[in-house]
Amino acid sequence: MSLLEVDHLRTEFETGGNWQEAVSDISFDLAGGEALGLVGESGCGKSTVAFSLMRLLPGNARLAGGRIGFDGKDLARIDEDEMRRMRGGRIGMMFQNPMTALDPAFRIGSQIGETLQTHFDVDRKEARRMALELLKSVAIPAAEERLDAYPHELSGGMRQRAALAIAIACRPRLLIADEPTTALDVTIQAQILRLIRSLLIEERGAGVLLITHDLGVVAHTCDRVAIMYAGEIVETGTVASVFANPLHPYTQALLEAAPNARTPRGSLATIPGRVPALGKRPSGCRFRGRCAFERPDCADPAGPPRVRLDKHREVACVLHAA
Amino acid sequence: MSVAASSRLRTLPKPTPAAIGAAIVLFLAVLALLAPYISPYDSESMDFNAVLSPPSLAHLFGTDNFGRDVLTRALFGLRVSLIAAIGSVAAAMVVGVPLGLMAGYRRGFVDAVIMRPVDVIMAFPAIVLVVALAGVFRQSLGLMTLAIGFVYFPIIVRVMRGAAIEVSDALFVEGARARGASHVRIMARHVLPNAITPVLVQASALMGVAILMEAAISFIGLGVQPPTPSLGLMLSDGRSYMGDAPWLVICPGLGILVAVLGFNLMGDGLPRLLDAANRRRK
Amino acid sequence: MTSTVRRLLLLLPTLFGVSIVVFLLLRLIPGDPAQVIMGLRATPEGLAAITRDLGLDLPLHEQYVRWLGALFSGDFGRDYRSNVPVTQLLATRLPVTLELTLLSLLLALIVAVPLGVRAAVHPNGIADKAASVLGLIGISIPDFWLGILLVLVFSLTLGLFPSSGFVPFSDGILANLRAFALPALTLATGLSAVLVRVTRSAVTEVLSRDFVRFLKAKGLPPRAIINRHVLRNASVPIITVIGMQFGYLLGGAVIVEQVFDLPGVGSLIVTATMERNYPVVQAGMLVVALLFILVNLGTDLLYAWLNPRLRGGAR
Repeated sequence: MSLLEVDHLRTEFETGGNWQEAVSDISFDLAGGEALGLVGESGCGKSTVAFSLMRLLPGNARLAGGRIGFDGKDLARIDEDEMRRMRGGRIGMMFQNPMTALDPAFRIGSQIGETLQTHFDVDRKEARRMALELLKSVAIPAAEERLDAYPHELSGGMRQRAALAIAIACRPRLLIADEPTTALDVTIQAQILRLIRSLLIEERGAGVLLITHDLGVVAHTCDRVAIMYAGEIVETGTVASVFANPLHPYTQALLEAAPNARTPRGSLATIPGRVPALGKRPSGCRFRGRCAFERPDCADPAGPPRVRLDKHREVACVLHAA
Repeated sequence: MSVAASSRLRTLPKPTPAAIGAAIVLFLAVLALLAPYISPYDSESMDFNAVLSPPSLAHLFGTDNFGRDVLTRALFGLRVSLIAAIGSVAAAMVVGVPLGLMAGYRRGFVDAVIMRPVDVIMAFPAIVLVVALAGVFRQSLGLMTLAIGFVYFPIIVRVMRGAAIEVSDALFVEGARARGASHVRIMARHVLPNAITPVLVQASALMGVAILMEAAISFIGLGVQPPTPSLGLMLSDGRSYMGDAPWLVICPGLGILVAVLGFNLMGDGLPRLLDAANRRRK
Repeated sequence: MTSTVRRLLLLLPTLFGVSIVVFLLLRLIPGDPAQVIMGLRATPEGLAAITRDLGLDLPLHEQYVRWLGALFSGDFGRDYRSNVPVTQLLATRLPVTLELTLLSLLLALIVAVPLGVRAAVHPNGIADKAASVLGLIGISIPDFWLGILLVLVFSLTLGLFPSSGFVPFSDGILANLRAFALPALTLATGLSAVLVRVTRSAVTEVLSRDFVRFLKAKGLPPRAIINRHVLRNASVPIITVIGMQFGYLLGGAVIVEQVFDLPGVGSLIVTATMERNYPVVQAGMLVVALLFILVNLGTDLLYAWLNPRLRGGAR
């Protein structure tokens, strides 16, 4: 039984009077004790997936269909009050920009304590004690003093640790991390990722949905990976198998384009063309026009077939149809 | 009506608040200008047979305790209000715009020298200053207008200065300086046109404020004196008879409200209008 | 040097300037100041006495120093009509103006802030439209007219409140508040109009910030988010505006005190101006300006305290 089962999730955005699908037919699942990376370039809709799961979409967006199975309930269908009890409690979330995610007018300790007091029946003193423990667990030096610090008094890395502390405060079963390290220095990135891995996966057997555009982060921290392009998942599998043997042309291009130590100088590979904008996606396979292996059947309006090769290996491409 | 004409009517754009405001102001300005010609009676003619009479066909807004027609006096009072408003704001602009330009463009010592007196004037609530000045310069419409302008020119200076500072930091000013243009030329040709928008918005808001100020000062007896009519004076006179003749206080007050409302509506919509015009110019 | 001390020092030139303006006011009138003060009751001996008293025959800068010195020792001069020390007059009148101003501020806050918050949270709803209407009418309506209308309706027609006059605390708190009800309502309207607009725009801006979504992600109920976090962050522009509008309140008090016949500093200045009672006018102006400056200083300090980043020690 998976921790999180997402079936055929669809989310729409309203632009200039019409509703357009930003996220189409997304399906994946996540088990407890594993980290799933959701990878894609900016604009592919991965953050939208995160906010859809939390039902925190902005006013001009809405869930258009699908099922979100978590904790025996369908998150897409429960009412707002019940969803609110989930947020911060059974599901924790980390945002991308630590500079803007915390309320600048309140001290760190009180922001952590607030979460605790919302979900548990504890008084201020007890909440403060628990907040201190949480700060220590995310390896913030001088935790006692930092409890009374304001967000602007901390560096980006420390703010993200504090945000992590808030996200895990109520011992969630699932952590959704939306680009948690993108705004941080490389050295800090590794530390935060390590913390996420140890605190959630190793210690508690919780599940982590890690959203990122950085393949290195996925390789470092995740067990499985799902590749997103233009609002769809094009390939899923374990990190090992996808990185070693990418099946979808987009995945292959991504891996080739990522610079590494072995890339000869002056030969940074790019993917020709650009990610299509919301209303301008081609019919059929959305990677059409940029794919090196394009064939006539790629234009089939029903879309490319979803080929399941293995229990955890799936790709949406005609190249691999039986 | 033909089908084409009626369908064109249906697609007329809904008037913006700014347009409504401008229409009101224009309407009142015309009324005030033509007051001597369109008013049904002379503003001083008294009819002792019709003292304190309620609104009727003969007197659209009734008469006061001397039998004078309220509508007529209101029209002339409106004239005074508009003169005070336009005069004081014009005076404030004439003094405030150059000072603000200099303070914002030159900065440093010039800025400090200009802003200290400005700060001092702004340390007083406006009406306190006007009251004191009115006492000193005893009641003439011209001097009162200047006094109101004096009290409000600091606001123009501040707004102009702020806008000038922003524009002065722009690259094209650097370019002009590098070309050896004189300071005056830069201020007049480069800084002023680009920084004037917030000042114009402030000025139109000030018109409404000036009308209120003139009415208030006249109301407490320190503004224009009889026989010059003023909406504020009419209100203070009418107050004594309010119980029996409420129309005496409703008409003049409504006049003030509508005039100020018009200016405020216009001022609210001015930024959008000016920005659109600016963009078209570029 | 802490920011507080720095702010206080910056005030000095302004205070100096204010004192000069007030001092020069009497000397601006054409003619002999002593004659002006005594008016029609002038007698040669009386004129000589005043000239000696005020040192009017001394050079201007010496007069200024004398006058300033007297101020610092608490001598604001005398009311030449009644010979009462001006400080005494002010002592009885200032509390009335303060009570009026504070009651108006309270009333405006109670009405405008919740309305503005609701307008921001539910754009295009009833609250939003009401806020727009209040915002426009409130700044366009002459306050003395509003006062008159309120008297017409609530006093003359409905008989709920007195139409004028002041009832001191000693005669009963309820009677005192009833006397202030219509005046405070009048003054509060203009302030509410400005406040509701500022509140609405400040709250709208805060609601669009990232951390609000993070708060929702923590599972906080919307009520807590608004009341604790949004208001706290939006309070900065709101408080700044209140400080700026305090000048409006003080000025409005001048008019409202006249309309409702309240014995405050405002009506004192007006009456004294009409009677050419210049020592009183000067003292009144000084007090009002000082009050305004103090309130602005207080607002600045409050702003710094509320905005931790400005407490002088942020990264």
